[in-house]
Amino acid sequence: MGIVSPGFQGRRRPSGPNLPPGQYLTEDWPVLSAGPTPRVPLTDWEFVITTESGSEVRWSWDEMWALPNETPTVDIHCVTHWSKLGTNWQGVSLDTLLDGVDTTADYALVHSYGGYTTNLPLHDLRDGRAWVVHRYDGADLPAEHGGPARLLVPHLYFWKSAKWVRGIRLGLTDEPGFWETAGYHDYGDPWREQRYQGD
Amino acid sequence: MTEQLRPDQGRMDYLDGNVLAGPMRDVFAVDLTTATGRCASCGQTSPMAGLRVYSNAPGVVARCPACEEVMLRLVRTPTSAWLDLRGSTFVQIPMPAEPAMMPGPTAM
Repeated sequence: MGIVSPGFQGRRRPSGPNLPPGQYLTEDWPVLSAGPTPRVPLTDWEFVITTESGSEVRWSWDEMWALPNETPTVDIHCVTHWSKLGTNWQGVSLDTLLDGVDTTADYALVHSYGGYTTNLPLHDLRDGRAWVVHRYDGADLPAEHGGPARLLVPHLYFWKSAKWVRGIRLGLTDEPGFWETAGYHDYGDPWREQRYQGD
Repeated sequence: MTEQLRPDQGRMDYLDGNVLAGPMRDVFAVDLTTATGRCASCGQTSPMAGLRVYSNAPGVVARCPACEEVMLRLVRTPTSAWLDLRGSTFVQIPMPAEPAMMPGPTAM
């Protein structure tokens, strides 16, 4: 396998009817990372939504998880071809976080501790389709999987579900993120197999 | 290497992109691990072989060994390669001397 070949080579199983095109099922949970794993003390952790006018809404760790929590069970699909079905999470819906945020923005740029970014339409963060999560399968989310908290947007390829999420900047224009500026698709719908630009 | 002439003017001050083919082929035919690069973030110059490479990812990400900022990203799609060097202010590649092939300032 060449070093530049995308595609985590895990144990492959036959595709099933619940899988988007080009995906294989894994029971493992491969760890993919573009850099060192940030270690964020919970006393320093914060989540910030910044609007197009520059106003900010901030939550500390304790403030975040005092909000109503949800426990979504969702399928996740990585652009490197693995899918994992029926994953169990706990976190706060972006509907809750965006409630009361005064914005007319169309786009969101998610940013993380460690510098990672990813972009998506703001619409895709609404209507019960996105969460900030801090627990997986009943336990704290491990750092290698994005803990203490990550974004979860399971209807898009998993690179949009930013690990170590720190905040979201809302904007009137689309600003491509880390992988979107390096050949990956701007939107990333697994069911339309939007892996790369031009797909 | 050809210079393009515009019918209504004299010589242009640039050449068309076809002339890149030779130099680029030369550059990417060499072993880049012997090259050095300067980090656009902290300014440290490092051998490419000394960068910290994260390849268990949707692409290859090479980071500065001093400040850990991204110096190089390479994504291979089924039909192309995307090379992003915005994190490097230069990449210096050892090359054999070929005086006859070296472009340089010419007396006007």
